Amino acid sequence: MEKFDKLTSVAAPLPLINVDTDMIIPARFLKTIKRTGLGSDLFSTLRFNEDGSDREDFVLNKPAYKDAEILVAGDNFGCGSSREHAPWALMDYGIKCVIAPSFADIFFNNSSKNGMLLIKLPQEQVDKLMQDADQGANSTFTVDLEAQEITGPDGEVIKFEVDAFKKHCLLNGLDDIGLTMQKDQKINDYEERQKAAQPW
Amino acid sequence: MSEAKTLYDKLWDSHIVDQQDDGTCLIYIDRHLVHEVTSPQAFEGMRNDGRSVRRPELTLAVADHNVPTTDRSIRIEDDESRIQIEALEKNCADFGLELYSMNDIRQGICHVVGPEQGFTLPGTTLVCGDSHTATHGAFGSMSFGIGTSEVEHVLATQTLLLTKCRNMRVTVNGALPAGVTAKDLILAVIGKIGTAGGTGAAIEFCGEAFTSLSMEGRMTVCNMTIEGGARVGLIAPDETTFEFLKGRPKSPKAGAWEAAVEFWKTLKTDDGAVFEEEVVMEASDIKPQVTWGTSPEDVTTIDGNVPNPADEPDENRRNKMERSLEYMGLDAGMAMKDIKINTTFIGSCTNSRLEDMRAAAEVAKGRKVADGVQALVVPGSGLIKEQAEQEGLDKIFIEAGFEWREAGCSMCLAMNADKLKPGERAASTSNRNFEGRQGPGGRTHLVSPAMAAAAAIAGHLTDVNDLD
Ligand code: SF4
Repeated sequence: MEKFDKLTSVAAPLPLINVDTDMIIPARFLKTIKRTGLGSDLFSTLRFNEDGSDREDFVLNKPAYKDAEILVAGDNFGCGSSREHAPWALMDYGIKCVIAPSFADIFFNNSSKNGMLLIKLPQEQVDKLMQDADQGANSTFTVDLEAQEITGPDGEVIKFEVDAFKKHCLLNGLDDIGLTMQKDQKINDYEERQKAAQPW
Repeated sequence: MSEAKTLYDKLWDSHIVDQQDDGTCLIYIDRHLVHEVTSPQAFEGMRNDGRSVRRPELTLAVADHNVPTTDRSIRIEDDESRIQIEALEKNCADFGLELYSMNDIRQGICHVVGPEQGFTLPGTTLVCGDSHTATHGAFGSMSFGIGTSEVEHVLATQTLLLTKCRNMRVTVNGALPAGVTAKDLILAVIGKIGTAGGTGAAIEFCGEAFTSLSMEGRMTVCNMTIEGGARVGLIAPDETTFEFLKGRPKSPKAGAWEAAVEFWKTLKTDDGAVFEEEVVMEASDIKPQVTWGTSPEDVTTIDGNVPNPADEPDENRRNKMERSLEYMGLDAGMAMKDIKINTTFIGSCTNSRLEDMRAAAEVAKGRKVADGVQALVVPGSGLIKEQAEQEGLDKIFIEAGFEWREAGCSMCLAMNADKLKPGERAASTSNRNFEGRQGPGGRTHLVSPAMAAAAAIAGHLTDVNDLD
């Protein structure tokens, strides 16, 4: 897994609520058997016209935001499917951090397992950052995971909460499976107990 | 401190392998369903790291999302669909997993197949790389959808690292009025709590409206828990549950059966257990439901009207509503019953079980599908198809002008050949009306099987009771 520590980038505003996983990456693009390459279809319906050309009104198509690595979005971001293709598509495109008032549960889990940082903030603070992000090329944010701080373009600092274990894994790029395998004995013990109690 | 526990607490506590200081738990996973879309990258990861599957007998695999619902003897035209199915076959062979292949009569949608085989059991933890895994909660199983990294984690370790959800209870008192189905019930609940209402929660469904449902109906309810934002939806097991499971191929066999039932009977919320959140509704208030927008919470009654965004005070919601109506090609205020459709889809893990087939057939019987409407009926498994044919349901559908298909996800999600074309409008028994869900530019109205069949016949959304 990729490490996440500190990130400085332009932030793109996406002031939509309930951005669902079909908007992030429609099901018809899930036919790959690899994790990579999905970035080109990220936000496909919002981003492209029917003939495949760019929709000029979509934020990531505006020159100022082309290289944005941070997204500021509305409530309930990532709702819908369990497809990990959603964070894969965001990461593959280059988005490493999303800030929103709330996220759907499965999407939230999937994202941190791929090294993407999701930051949940109260609505007023997201509204403020949304305004900041609206300043085009001047909307540079710095996200510091160690300090749990976002510094906005006006230098104002906003603190954020993050689960201690997730933070540890993100900062060190740790893979869950390796960590769990160290607990093999505990899993064996559980299996023995369960087999005795529920033999069916 | 009170020791009273909710059903969810009991399921959680009995599966803890290890607890970390921050409260994160390593939870044992008893059952794992695998399908072709969300698993290839997990197997790729296993191979790269030289890992093997810890307990292969606890995983069951089936291809459902990409399978054609027409003649299966013909090679699948779409290369990518075929490659995903072939990859699943190869992965199952390499890692020693049981797979119901495309031509096996047991093949079908994973959430239909699990319960049908008795693979889904009360008191277990069950996961699948698919958000509608919540379906299995109908049996009192702690079941939830996971991402591909977690699929790999389960394959390798038979556990998952999880944080506990909060407890939420949705109680619907009284009996459902005639003509109101499990689908209407869950759509009404989502309409009330919203698509984020259950975020972070495990919902237990209580009250007569739920307990009087068949297992099919309970599965429809729990299936759409995720549309209410919750990963887990539960109904406590009871006689209906035991009756359904008895004699299924993977259910406990005679001898063990009695002990299992004794244990399952303890799986209910204790008196005095605390729920962080409670929602109470009356069944008598619920009418047949239909969605107008592009989120499952955009729901109204069949005798209702398309809402007017101008009446919505919240700016974000107003914008979303305007966008939905534009996408759906609807005008504010128009009567739901005036919305013309050109496609009907009866199927998906929400509504493709025998009871659903029967409900739709009852409406279709002796009637004709309206001119210009394409109507698909897609059973949830090969076994359901066979049973329906024994009852003659296929003939009723075909005579009425419906197409009778092979089992699979079909038009639920536009990954196989069954999809809406831009601008086409469907009355659909599936679970998601997101933009493009049933095909780019396609427009979806979520309804019950009886209402979908009625719409096919009338050519527009309609109340079953209004048909001649
Ligand atoms: S029927 Fe639809 S919702 Fe159910 S598993 Fe298949 S694609 Fe997912």
